[in-house]
Amino acid sequence: MSKEFKRPDGRKVDEIREMKAKVGIVPNADGSAMFQFGDTIAIAAVYGPKKMHPQHLQNPEKGTLRCNYNMMSFSVTDRIRPGPSRRSTEISKIIEWALEPIVMIDKYKNMVIDVHINIPQANASTRCAGINAAAMALAHAGIPMKDLVSSVSIGKLDKQLVVDLNKKEEDWEEGEGATDIPITFTNDGKMTHIQLDGKINTKQLNEAVELARKACKEIYEVQKKALKEIGE
Amino acid sequence: MAEQNKNERKIVIPGEVIAEGDDFLPGEGTEKKQGKIVANKFGLAEEYNKLVKVISLSGVYEPRRGNVVIGKVENVTFNGWVIDIDAAENAFLPLTEVPRFVKKDEIEEVMNIGDMAVVKIWNINKRGIDLSLKSRGLGKIEDGMIVRINPNKVPRVIGKEGSMVNLIKNETGCNITVGQNGLIWIKGDKIESELLAKRAILFVAEKSFVSGLTEKIEKWFEGEKK
Repeated sequence: MSKEFKRPDGRKVDEIREMKAKVGIVPNADGSAMFQFGDTIAIAAVYGPKKMHPQHLQNPEKGTLRCNYNMMSFSVTDRIRPGPSRRSTEISKIIEWALEPIVMIDKYKNMVIDVHINIPQANASTRCAGINAAAMALAHAGIPMKDLVSSVSIGKLDKQLVVDLNKKEEDWEEGEGATDIPITFTNDGKMTHIQLDGKINTKQLNEAVELARKACKEIYEVQKKALKEIGE
Repeated sequence: MAEQNKNERKIVIPGEVIAEGDDFLPGEGTEKKQGKIVANKFGLAEEYNKLVKVISLSGVYEPRRGNVVIGKVENVTFNGWVIDIDAAENAFLPLTEVPRFVKKDEIEEVMNIGDMAVVKIWNINKRGIDLSLKSRGLGKIEDGMIVRINPNKVPRVIGKEGSMVNLIKNETGCNITVGQNGLIWIKGDKIESELLAKRAILFVAEKSFVSGLTEKIEKWFEGEKK
């Protein structure tokens, strides 16, 4: 079954959509980046470290990382209502947690680093594209980091594991339906984020993690190339 | 840039291994992990006398003790001024750090909200940044213009031992003070020469990656004067 599996867009099961990355695209930000998985585009802009306002949110022990994920109203075929929603607030927090282990913000006491992630065009895996863009933007802003992170979504379509879901696959209805598992890895192979809603057994989950680890290596190379290009 | 030292500089990203082996020492922006020197931030890696460090290419200004910066008076208090120097911390210039005697009720006459000043960072502590005016070339800015560039490009604008800024000074006849926070004060006797100096500085900041920049600027000035 595994080799004959047909994906709607004709990709191989472990094939990521075409990736594009660019650093330094928002002139007014302290650091910025764009990351693209096929039709999914994420733009991340980093501001700071700057003084935290309001003052009662200041943390005198270490710096704060504050993420803001936003899907633009025209990013999907049905217009979405602009402004924060239940979904976007949750994803903002998730991205914050995915990035927190790598940023070294202990010395930025009472300060905040703002990461704004916007999705101008979406075709599933937006949070993964967002995390990839945010990691590059943080590096571009000169924030001390232990490593870069790369994120990819693994899907289980019926019983088949595939890499980098698109919208059509996300809405898979045959057999057991679709399970979406976004996973984030640092370059040295540590996991900083995994989400899972749906059904999957332990054996397949392990396979999914290994699949993500391999895919993240590819994504890392794209991120690395984009960051190195800026100096030339 | 390349002539300054023979060691090759390269762009590194966080987590990238710069050097391996025990004979290297980790400097600024790097850390030692399992016998390897690993970059902790994005920038140019440089090795000098076995000390490896990473120089930032982008990002906000990080204040350091001894830096001469240009700031704007944000607030006047009973014993000094709060000055915005484009850093995240508060910067305070106390009355005692002004070289001449100022009466307590004359503080606003010396400098008021909105005035610009060239100041020096003499101490950084948990509370914030302490500024001083007790040094040559410091004081309130009365006239001229202020140009803002990316603080990471300041070393390029100054050049090797001040070569770049001296060249611009000589070509335009303007007095130029470069603040480490990316604010530059230009003061000339004619507005035209001030604008020429401003264009030259922005040109340097834009072309900061080019090697042999000083010669390029000389040519640029020749072109501008025609």
